[in-house]
Amino acid sequence: MPVPATLEFFIDPARCIGCQACVQACAECDTHRGQSMIQLDYVDRAHSTQTVPVVCMHCDSPTCAEVCPADAIKRTEDGVVHSARKPRCIACNNCVLACPFGVPKMNTEMQLMMKCNMCYDRTSVGLKPMCASVCPSQALAFGTREEMARLRPSARPVNTFQFGAQTITTKVNMMVPADDGPDWVDVTAAMHEPTIGHQMLDDIFDDDVFGGDGFIDLLNDDPADA
Amino acid sequence: MSPEPPLISRGASAPQDADRSTVPPDGRPLAEQPKWRRDFPIDWPQDEYVSRRDLVKFICLTSVAFVVGQFWIVGKSLFGRREAALPALAIADVDELPIGGAKTFRYPEGSTPRLLVRTGAATFVAYDQQCTHLLCPIVPAHREGMGVAASERGLELHCPCHNGWFDLETGRPLAGPPRRPLPRVSVEVRGSIVYATGVEEPAA
Repeated sequence: MPVPATLEFFIDPARCIGCQACVQACAECDTHRGQSMIQLDYVDRAHSTQTVPVVCMHCDSPTCAEVCPADAIKRTEDGVVHSARKPRCIACNNCVLACPFGVPKMNTEMQLMMKCNMCYDRTSVGLKPMCASVCPSQALAFGTREEMARLRPSARPVNTFQFGAQTITTKVNMMVPADDGPDWVDVTAAMHEPTIGHQMLDDIFDDDVFGGDGFIDLLNDDPADA
Repeated sequence: MSPEPPLISRGASAPQDADRSTVPPDGRPLAEQPKWRRDFPIDWPQDEYVSRRDLVKFICLTSVAFVVGQFWIVGKSLFGRREAALPALAIADVDELPIGGAKTFRYPEGSTPRLLVRTGAATFVAYDQQCTHLLCPIVPAHREGMGVAASERGLELHCPCHNGWFDLETGRPLAGPPRRPLPRVSVEVRGSIVYATGVEEPAA
């Protein structure tokens, strides 16, 4: 039974409060008991409490499946990309390295790649995925487009991502500000940007870096002020 | 977002080339894609779909392989290399053994042990000493049971491991677990010397 086409997954990182409820709920599932398929990433741990939940985006042309040498990663006709098939997966880590979103993870004990499949056992019968059903701030939301437009007038879903020269269209939507939000999200936009305070590591013996009192002023993002 | 593609029917008429939900990275239609994309589709329905042609091809090739194998076996049994006749080998003196006595020998050199049994004044039989059940060594012995005393029954070959019995004259299994006759070594008495002249592998 396919996932109903009207129901979609929406991620709004701005609403995420980092409570780990989704991680715990995901790990409770009997299909992968004890192992969470959702990851909670910290954006800039030193300076911000902002977290981003990472679920599988279920791409139109799944890079993980494209690079799988064992033909193990399959996509059902409703667009859900599934975990590697146990008899086929050779634990080669190609998908883990190739995914632009860093979703697949290798279970080295089981020699098997396991990833989020949008709780196919639940969503295919019309239920919400575990993470979306427990998220207290509804940063992970599962519902219809009209519902989301009604509940969040200031945000709009985007499902186009740019990864280098590759354009990725996904089944899962990322919420961006409705008025000045981007039309597509660059996955690698921040890859080469130095994080705030990165210049501190360039020369830690620079007097400008040591704010005169022997402590590295990590909270100051402008060494000239130090 | 584009509308959801129509679901692919899973019936006998499932389209083989309608890769509808997965878009190849370059976006070109499947007809222009390399053949391996059709061989290894990412979509579950196409991945599980077996075309009638592929099934017929598989059945035909498998059947042909079986037929070829049968002819191969027949040809091998007809035209296979015959074992070259073994040279005769002196294995014992006639008077070396009492009647009913036995002796092991190896023929040809380096073979498994063979058992030579003297059955009469100038008659000898020889068999491979390995029981055909689980390769225990056999010994000549008298069998008791079935209401017959051991002395009344002739000498037989006994495998003590699992109480198997073979006929001394033919090597056929008489009782116990063995199901196949013992490989026989043909012996010939020339003067006072017993020669082994060949090994007869029993027909399976």
